[in-house]
Amino acid sequence: MKLLATAAAAAALVFVAQGAQAGATFDAVKSKGFVQCGMNGSVGGFGAPDAKGEMKGLDVDLCRAVAAAMFGDANKVKHTPLTAQQRFTALQSGEVDMLARNTTQTLTRDASLGLIGAGVNYYDGQGFIVTKKLGVKSAKELNGATVCVQPGTTTELNLADYFRANKLTFKPVVIEKLDEVVGAYASGRCDVYTTDVSGLASTRATQLPNPDDHVILPEVISKEPLGPLVRQGDDTWLVVVRWALNAMVEAEEYGITSANVDEMLKSDNPNVKRILGVTPGGGKALGLDEKWAYNIIKQVGNYGESFDRNVGKGSPLKLDRGVNALWNAGGLMYAWPIR
Amino acid sequence: MTTATESLPPPTATSGPIAWMRERLFSSPLNIILTVLAVWLVLMSLPPFIEWALIKANFTANTSQECRAGGGACWAFIGQKYRLMLFGLYPYDEQWRPLIAAIIMIGMIIASGMQRFWNMSLPIIWVGGLIAVAVLMWGGIFGLRYVEDTQWGGLPLTLILSTFGIALAFPFGVLLALGRRSRMPAIKTLCVLYIELIRGVPLISMLFMSSVMLPLFLPEGFSIDKLLRAQIAIIMFAAAYLAEVVRGGLQAIPKGQYEGADSLGLSYAQKMGFVVLPQALKIVIPPLCSLFIAVFKDTSLVVIIGIYDLMQSTKVALTDSAWRGFSIEAYVFVSAIYFIFCYGMSKYSQNLEVRLATGHKR
Amino acid sequence: MADPRVNGGQSAPPRRLSWNDPDVRSVVYQVVAVALVGIIGWFLVSNTLHNLSIRNISTGFHFLGREAGFAIGESPIAYGPENTYSRAILVGILNTIRIAVIGVILATIIGTVIGIARLSKNWLVAKLSMIYVEVIRNVPLLLQLFFWYAIITEMLPGPRQALNVMPGVFMSNRGIKVPAPTEHFAFDLAAIGFLLAFVLIFIMVNLAKKRQDATGKAFPVYRGGILLLVGMPLLGWLIGGAPWELDVPKLQGFNFVGGATLTPEFAALLFGLVLYTAGFIAEVVRSGIQAVNYGQWEAASAIGLSRSQTLRLIVLPQSLRVIIPPMTSQYLNLTKNSSLAVAIGYPDIVSIANTTLNQTGQAIEGIMIIMAVYLSISLSISVFMNWYNKHIALVER
Repeated sequence: MKLLATAAAAAALVFVAQGAQAGATFDAVKSKGFVQCGMNGSVGGFGAPDAKGEMKGLDVDLCRAVAAAMFGDANKVKHTPLTAQQRFTALQSGEVDMLARNTTQTLTRDASLGLIGAGVNYYDGQGFIVTKKLGVKSAKELNGATVCVQPGTTTELNLADYFRANKLTFKPVVIEKLDEVVGAYASGRCDVYTTDVSGLASTRATQLPNPDDHVILPEVISKEPLGPLVRQGDDTWLVVVRWALNAMVEAEEYGITSANVDEMLKSDNPNVKRILGVTPGGGKALGLDEKWAYNIIKQVGNYGESFDRNVGKGSPLKLDRGVNALWNAGGLMYAWPIR
Repeated sequence: MTTATESLPPPTATSGPIAWMRERLFSSPLNIILTVLAVWLVLMSLPPFIEWALIKANFTANTSQECRAGGGACWAFIGQKYRLMLFGLYPYDEQWRPLIAAIIMIGMIIASGMQRFWNMSLPIIWVGGLIAVAVLMWGGIFGLRYVEDTQWGGLPLTLILSTFGIALAFPFGVLLALGRRSRMPAIKTLCVLYIELIRGVPLISMLFMSSVMLPLFLPEGFSIDKLLRAQIAIIMFAAAYLAEVVRGGLQAIPKGQYEGADSLGLSYAQKMGFVVLPQALKIVIPPLCSLFIAVFKDTSLVVIIGIYDLMQSTKVALTDSAWRGFSIEAYVFVSAIYFIFCYGMSKYSQNLEVRLATGHKR
Repeated sequence: MADPRVNGGQSAPPRRLSWNDPDVRSVVYQVVAVALVGIIGWFLVSNTLHNLSIRNISTGFHFLGREAGFAIGESPIAYGPENTYSRAILVGILNTIRIAVIGVILATIIGTVIGIARLSKNWLVAKLSMIYVEVIRNVPLLLQLFFWYAIITEMLPGPRQALNVMPGVFMSNRGIKVPAPTEHFAFDLAAIGFLLAFVLIFIMVNLAKKRQDATGKAFPVYRGGILLLVGMPLLGWLIGGAPWELDVPKLQGFNFVGGATLTPEFAALLFGLVLYTAGFIAEVVRSGIQAVNYGQWEAASAIGLSRSQTLRLIVLPQSLRVIIPPMTSQYLNLTKNSSLAVAIGYPDIVSIANTTLNQTGQAIEGIMIIMAVYLSISLSISVFMNWYNKHIALVER
């Protein structure tokens, strides 16, 4: 009885004003001076600590970009690693300001969780990984297989849907923690491990002893538009997150990189001028500094740079750009114009 | 008496090693069968284990392939990873701080076991110790770099969760116990409800509650970080069990003590504080020790909500692809750490029990 | 106030409300306490409702009727992804009960044996069981579960290289496969016979006791009980037509088909829970036996009973009174500890409720379901054990 009172009092002592009020996230972030970013913490390439314990990844870069836009300093981010189970409550309750945790945008999440997607920073799809020894060439041959999967994500539902649709049977082994589930697959407890293809590549490159012993099957059985989420009811903040992402993609389209951004300031292209704030207006409308996009590109890089560094050619994952190439290169990445 | 005769050795038939063995190992056919079985069990399990753990083991390898070659245990893995296991993600060059904090906490636990501190100095030691630990871990003052508690990890965190858990649960546990024995029906009902509700559900569901539901309980603009939430869950959990232990002690105090205090005209608070509780708490020291051991072991459950205690940082150490597949070694190592702590505490509490037997048990 | 003249002026002085009156204080304290709890409760509930409403989070249990859409690894009842969430949760509850019941029975047997072994005259046996108890009790259960799971999945070969221990029995990292009789209604009859046997044993024990009280003749209750337990199912099976077909597991594609399976998750959880709880039960049994007065041993040997007879007929029945309450809490612990299944992927109620709350976002409802299930199981175990405790309590003259 008194315990609860004390717990509440303790809470009062250690609370951080997070401003979960509707419409106040932007102001709260502005006043506390950093972005509290909910991320994965254990998927290499998207959000995981490197050898020095610093968070690195595509999702982490997005949070850094938002910080760069807000404060002109990409390092003003605090990361909160979240499990699949904690992520939505953490965002709903204001523990984090934004969620960039390879999360699929779905109707349910937009409609009944009080959250809203702010864009897509990686188009993914669910796939299967098997050992080469098994001699399986297609997911259609997986009848009767034992499948390792993590609970509580769309992955588990797609898996059941796919096998039902193809009249196949399977035995799931459902383990929440990524390292446990990968361990179960690696030890041969399961024939197959399923998650988003990017996650499979990440697992194969960073968590399995001999990456060449495993093969990712060709079937992609679902659409997984992964992207940042924010709480509903604060459109100012939603817009900042959305445009931080758009700015990175737009910069790639116009060839602005972190290396050449200072030269680009002298560019005559009106689009480039608008992006880099040489022609003012955009930043003020967002409630930010006119140099917001310049800061993102200077400190984080454009989308292509971030992709290559974290999951693409320059990373252990070696993922192809595939559908994540720019729209004019045959992909789906199509930024809304900054004007 | 002037000449002392040499005393003869005792007869070998009733004493000495042979007789001892005959008595304790081969006294009956059943006993012989049991002995043979036990010896077989030891022979089956011990030599392979020693061979794996010591003879074929590798202590110095620099790569996992080299380590595997021997076919035994790979203790080099522990050598590579022990800092990560013991301190989690705490900044590498600052790891002396959690080390000292851990030593302070172990010191506090040992001090609590010494009879000469069982007076008003014990609470002072605890409060001082806990503050020192907080300062060391967080830093931010005295020129120490500020370290967020999201970066704490490993053994110090396990110690923090259990020592703070028990220390902060103590006052609540005592109040709940007094409330449960109170004659006021409303207060009694509330305490009984709380205690039985908490004791009826697994700790893991309390932890889930703290990690998933607690944020929704608080008003807007409030947020407690993950570690504190888990700590609150552990405190609430420990308080219910503590209350039952203390209640056992209160029931063991003869009625005469209560009546004597009443007849002196002491108020309820004086009666409890000066007469009843000191005696009751002394009785329950052994069960308190076992409760502490239980809480210490139970903190390993925070793995499930993603907090970097000793168990979780061990699992993180295991995910390095360059050193995959040494889970058995890692688990043996961590088990040894837990075992040393828990076994030490349980042995000590058994000693206490013997020393404290002040005639309550007739 | 009564009129003082009525009872000859011998009345209490008129009571005034005063802080020095203990009754008044107690009322005030209680009102304050209840009010405090009420205020805190209201504060938390209103916050929660407010938070849920401003964030558009839907609430309520209507999601239980929706299609679950996820598969479950092992289930005692038929279940598929097309079933509802409520059926999935039922599967979880049944899985929890299954592990708890089997675990309690095995842990009691093993724990009792080890507890008696700790008091054995045989030095080696006593020492070995002491080492076992100390090691098991001082290492966290979760660690032991990880350990067993690692051993089972890493040490056993894949299904194609499965160890064929006995004809029809295959051990692999997919679990232990044993032949099982093919589905037949005769086995349902056998199960009914098994349940009937319990009822008959109950009646038999009571009759035997009455007869012994009346005539002093003992009835071989143990032999009769075992006979009934074996005979009744056999009878049911014979009535059903004595089917004699075994479903032997065969390797087909990725895995064995047919037969019955003990999955690695279930096995690791069962091993872990049983061995861990047995360590504690051993201590309970040991202290219970030691609580029996030594004079009982001496008296028993004086009338010429052997050590094992003394233990069975004299000491254990008396020590039960000491053993039952701590045993109850061990059973409760085992049940609550089975919730750690979530860490190694056995689909118990916690892991299924977790999945459900992740899929639907109904965190509060999911955790309420978990807590309600454990509370009901805990209460039922407590009630049953309290009844049993009363049943065997010493009737004091």
